Amino acid sequence: MSTITFTLNNSQVTVDAPPMTRLLDLLREHLHLTGTKEGCGEGECGSCSVLLNGELVNSCLVPTLQVQGATVTTIEGLGEHTHLHPIQQCFLEEGGAQCGICTPGMILATHHLLEKHPAPTLDEIREGLSGNLCRCTGYMRIFEAVQQTAKLAEAGK
Amino acid sequence: MAAKESIVGSPALRYEGEAKVLGYAKYIDDLHFPQMIHGATVRSKFPRGRITAIRYGEGIPWDEFTIVTWKDIPGENTIVHLLKDHPCLVQEIVNHPEEPIVLLAHPDKALLRKAVDAVTIEYEPLPAVFTIEESEAPDAPVIWNSEAGDSPNVFKTYLMEKGHVEDVWATADYIIEGEYSTGAQEQFYIENNGVIAEYSEQGVTVWGSMQCPYYLHHALQLAFGLPEQKCRVIQVETGGAFGGKEDYPSVIGCHAALLAMKSGRPVKMVYDRMEDMAATTKRHPSRTRHRTAVSKDGKLLGGEIEFAIDGGAYVTLSPVVLSRGTIHAAGPYNWPHLRIRAKAVATNCPPHGAFRGFGAPQSIFGLERHMDLIAKTVGITPEELRRRNFLQPGGTTATGQLIKDPIDLNGMLTRALEESGYHAKRAEFAKTNPTSPIKRGIGFATFMHGAGFTGSGERRLNSLVAIEVDDEGKPEILVSSTEFGQGTNTILCQVAAQTLHISYKDVRIAQPDTDRVPNSGPTVASRTAMIVGKLVEDASHNLLTCMRASGLLEETYTPEQFCHAALAYKQQHGELRATARYQAPDDIFWDDDKYHGDAYPAYAWAVYVAEVAVDTRTYMAEVKNFWALQEVGKVLNPVLAKGQVEGGVAQGIGYAIYEKCVWKDGVMANNQMTNYIMPTSADLPPIHVLFEEVPSIHGPFGAKGIGELPMDGPAPAILNAIEEATGVRFNHCPLLPEDIFDKLANPTLISADSSQLQPAVAGPVFSGTTP
Ligand code: FES
Ligand code: FES
Repeated sequence: MSTITFTLNNSQVTVDAPPMTRLLDLLREHLHLTGTKEGCGEGECGSCSVLLNGELVNSCLVPTLQVQGATVTTIEGLGEHTHLHPIQQCFLEEGGAQCGICTPGMILATHHLLEKHPAPTLDEIREGLSGNLCRCTGYMRIFEAVQQTAKLAEAGK
Repeated sequence: MAAKESIVGSPALRYEGEAKVLGYAKYIDDLHFPQMIHGATVRSKFPRGRITAIRYGEGIPWDEFTIVTWKDIPGENTIVHLLKDHPCLVQEIVNHPEEPIVLLAHPDKALLRKAVDAVTIEYEPLPAVFTIEESEAPDAPVIWNSEAGDSPNVFKTYLMEKGHVEDVWATADYIIEGEYSTGAQEQFYIENNGVIAEYSEQGVTVWGSMQCPYYLHHALQLAFGLPEQKCRVIQVETGGAFGGKEDYPSVIGCHAALLAMKSGRPVKMVYDRMEDMAATTKRHPSRTRHRTAVSKDGKLLGGEIEFAIDGGAYVTLSPVVLSRGTIHAAGPYNWPHLRIRAKAVATNCPPHGAFRGFGAPQSIFGLERHMDLIAKTVGITPEELRRRNFLQPGGTTATGQLIKDPIDLNGMLTRALEESGYHAKRAEFAKTNPTSPIKRGIGFATFMHGAGFTGSGERRLNSLVAIEVDDEGKPEILVSSTEFGQGTNTILCQVAAQTLHISYKDVRIAQPDTDRVPNSGPTVASRTAMIVGKLVEDASHNLLTCMRASGLLEETYTPEQFCHAALAYKQQHGELRATARYQAPDDIFWDDDKYHGDAYPAYAWAVYVAEVAVDTRTYMAEVKNFWALQEVGKVLNPVLAKGQVEGGVAQGIGYAIYEKCVWKDGVMANNQMTNYIMPTSADLPPIHVLFEEVPSIHGPFGAKGIGELPMDGPAPAILNAIEEATGVRFNHCPLLPEDIFDKLANPTLISADSSQLQPAVAGPVFSGTTP
């Protein structure tokens, strides 16, 4: 067991866990944040995506010891009931979520993409989200959601 | 009255969408019950054999484990679908790799994995077959025998006849033959199969990721020998299904329940990706043979079609998949004479099962590839050939069904070709291809898809829905129809809201729980919008009738007045509830023996166009652009409908050129996301979705089915385009670069292929073969 302290969704947390515990299990099982999903456990699908110090990572591949002192953002840290994050609102309106299992990861990937490219081209979106698999949507509504979010941000400036 | 006309057809927000985008939605693996332990499955590592011993290896504290074998099954050892040949756990004879033999449960997941590996199954091997060809070979070992006396290794056959096809061969200007085949396809829902089961004196309860709670409900009754009121099934948020969670939850659900019974604790069973891909169902591999008589002006005079699917080791749903494939094999064309012989054969692969389209994508692939061959042989364009043979209102389908809807396939084809710039592109590519290493092409497929269960299926299902008003005066829809991404929740609430003249936000839909919701049938077969939607509309009307009869509701009212009236009614009568049961339209007739009549109450019609580029240096084929035009009746929700089509097209593109199951003696060898390739956001072209809306009398507000249709067209459209681009015929999907390489780099292979262009020559593949 080791004791790990990190910033999770803007608050400091301390947990005891075996150091090789996957960040995914730490979040889901130790901290009961089940918004982060497991689709493959081998770094292929992106449904376990979270932001680690602002970078998009597959939490199924990150051992817990790597998050010591780090900042982690999960889907639970983005918005809440009464106040959806603009990305969440656009996914909802444009039909970017169908079965919803890829959605938390996809939304975090979008967040990461828009940080890098606030006004992404379609090719930047296609490339930027290509680590996150979605079997339901064929991605088109997701692209719309991303573009819509970028448009709103631009208009809000 | 509020919101009349505006709810149905509007982009109402997904009912459970907020929970999904927030990450609050709870899927099965997100649930945790006190005292819960984990379950796992010991499976066969060989395709067929007789078990001689089961050994529990050293170094595992076996006394801490719950161990279940077939001997622990209190009821019948069967997973019931259509027949009872499929055991819940192997008793003696293993019939496919990955067949469940022993179940284990333990609180520690890591130890559980070790324990699974420590169990060895000793066996005497038995001969096995792995393909349609091996299964039907005259000297094939008999791996499955029907009690009904059909041929060995054959689960089911159909013979469908129209006219007298024998008479046409002599009058034909051309007789054109071709053979087409399709591979297995993984459903690839991102959430694997999973359930949690609990067992007590009161009975057995299973929560899980699934499409059809009442299928599992029935399976539990048999396996446990319990009456229906002691079995309970609850669907939780389901992370994709596509048919892959139609019948399989009956297997994993019974397994977890057996472990729960023996351990006395709740048991969670969630497969990991490798197990899910290796052990659960996939799309049936298929082979379609065509022999077609055509006149010199390109009229189809008659045809024989032989359609075969590989069902895997047990019957499961194969007869129904075969049925839909058989009926759709004739396409949206006028066949004066036609004979279709179809069969589902047994092999020692894990059972193949339901996957969006359910047999239709397979036979439509064969037909639409064959249509392009016919066009070439006759010397007319693919477009002209279709125009000369399209079904028209007043015509009859291959099952003899009269087309009553005012469908205009010619108009649809014109629109799809215009939107895609088909003619200009064809001309342009013909000019640029000869000098370019990248060959471009554009091709299309025209097709239809029946909504609802085939033939008398809906009559047998006898679906029931209910609407009940809750304590806040809000109506709640009670159905067993499940949401797994398609939009069931949303469209049913839209239909109820519109019918009740209240706001969409004021309608609720219950979590499917067999203790609470009536059986509205399984969530399959593109039936939810049309069949269940219509029942929700009827139940809503019945609710209003009941409220009006009580004098509490006026003819016209506001949503507030509705709410007050509903609460007042509840106060007076205790509850306010209305139901509606399926009633077969009286103008629908089906003859199950002759396979003749009205196969489906309504069809959706479509023209899909694909533009491709094939790089002759890398042998990579890419879809560059895609147009999907369909007539699906009234579109209930344009955003959800578009999403259904785009998602289906993406799966169809995967089916065409990416997704290959590699089989080794019945084992899926590439059962990982790393080496089974589904399209990513970077792989897919723009998908342009176009609708035509001809309201149907069979669905609510004129809606028909939409879910499966988009799976049917992409593969043939893409392979037609690839032939346009390269001039080479490919008749198998998936078509991967290595397959393209084989033919392009080997011109001898092309000329040696008997299905190459030989007008009026009957090739060897079909003649003389019988199913
Ligand atoms: S679960 Fe981590 S990438 Fe799939
Ligand atoms: S919405 Fe189902 S996998 Fe993306």
